[in-house]
Amino acid sequence: MATLKELAVREDRLTGGHRMCPGCGAPIIVRQALMAVKEPVVVVSATGCLEVSTTIFPYSAWKVPFLHSAFENSAATMSGVEAAYTSLKKQGKITGDTKFIAFGGDGGTYDIGFQSLSGAMERGHDMLYICYDNQAYMNTSVQRSGATPRGASTTTEPAGKVKQGKVMTRKDLTECMVAHNIPYAAQTIVGDWRDLTKKVEKAMSIKGPKFINVLQPCQLGWGYRMDLTIELGKLAADTCFWPLYEVENGKYTLSYTPKEKKPLAEFLKPQNRFRHLFKPENQKLLEELQADVDRKWELLKKKCDCFGTEK
Amino acid sequence: MAQELGWKELPEGDALKAGTAADFHTGDWRSKRPIKDDKTCINCLFCYIYCPDSAVKVKDGKVIEIDYNYCKGCGICENVCPVKPVKAIKMVSER
Ligand SMILES: Cc1ncc(C[n+]2csc(CCOP(=O)(O)OP(=O)(O)O)c2C)c(N)n1
Ligand code: SF4
Ligand code: SF4
Ligand code: SF4
Ligand SMILES: [Mg+2]
Repeated sequence: MATLKELAVREDRLTGGHRMCPGCGAPIIVRQALMAVKEPVVVVSATGCLEVSTTIFPYSAWKVPFLHSAFENSAATMSGVEAAYTSLKKQGKITGDTKFIAFGGDGGTYDIGFQSLSGAMERGHDMLYICYDNQAYMNTSVQRSGATPRGASTTTEPAGKVKQGKVMTRKDLTECMVAHNIPYAAQTIVGDWRDLTKKVEKAMSIKGPKFINVLQPCQLGWGYRMDLTIELGKLAADTCFWPLYEVENGKYTLSYTPKEKKPLAEFLKPQNRFRHLFKPENQKLLEELQADVDRKWELLKKKCDCFGTEK
Repeated sequence: MAQELGWKELPEGDALKAGTAADFHTGDWRSKRPIKDDKTCINCLFCYIYCPDSAVKVKDGKVIEIDYNYCKGCGICENVCPVKPVKAIKMVSER
């Protein structure tokens, strides 16, 4: 595993001068992920904040071959790139070892790009798909997605007289990917560079389809002070709202167990999207959300015990 | 690239040169500026690895510069700096 000093020697593959919001977590994911790859890499990104803000005409922040696909087909586009590469390599027309990474936001991954991702994973393409999950459609002004957690206020399901934010529970995409029986599926956050780069490094060493779901704090859509991006990522892990784990050929491993599991409220409090949950009349809802986190955390620990790596 | 292109000059298939966003400066978005104290910095490189705008420059394992052409003043670098009791990066108002 590369140390920070080793990573810092490698070229930054995303330049400054992109137009993401100050403090945005998405370019942090991209910088760290691409730093973790030693080989040449081709990147595809679905439409979303990341793609839109890094490729505003006539500029591009990408220092690697980069393709913009449509909102729904980042994984399908990358399948084609990888298949063409594999064929050319077989024909002896190219040599070397090139890696393939597709990025998509949660909207472009959990929702509209879901079948494209599912197909690419099932066909077994040698690629890594990274979902940068900011839990809503941010680029079009914070509409709710399948990744938006219950209770979060969005522009399409705002907290008010009728509703207290999103009614439904979020989809567990990482587990959907585990169910695809791919060799590697993992969850990580913006806020633990070591965990993120380690997981990308590991994914690169495995042949076949890989998936990493990264929770990405978004100061605009979540409504928090822009310098808190890293802290919020850490709080998501410390409250077990977003457990860090990996599943390698069906074997579950926890990457991080908080010394002391913090109350969910510590993660929710700094964010405007959850502000209404702290009204006295929403106490029951807040308790239900905590219970849901607890239940899922216990379930994950059980999976690690039952289907974990032998010790 | 300052001048507007006519449709005949537009790149075919919207193919852009790599890394040209470096020609676009976002430093004027900033209302606060990170100032680094070289004397107390322990070169842990946290500010480097967490900067969203690739504005912290490292050479030979040391932070050598904050590139104010790109720094948007988010304050993440100050937040992640572990030096105590006074952080080695402080955000100061541009005014
Ligand atoms: C087929 C299609 N529908 C709608 C859009 C408009 N659109 C562009 S970006 C976006 C939201 C993307 O959300 P997400 O994938 O979560 O990425 P984020 O912006 O949050 O980074 C939408 C709806 C589009 N580009 N294409
Ligand atoms: S809206 Fe959110 S995800 Fe989009 S650029 Fe701003 S901080 Fe990043
Ligand atoms: S203030 Fe933000 S953009 Fe500027 S150097 Fe620090 S982390 Fe980077
Ligand atoms: S985070 Fe602080 S101590 Fe670490 S390299 Fe940056 S300025 Fe120096
Ligand atoms: Mg999103």
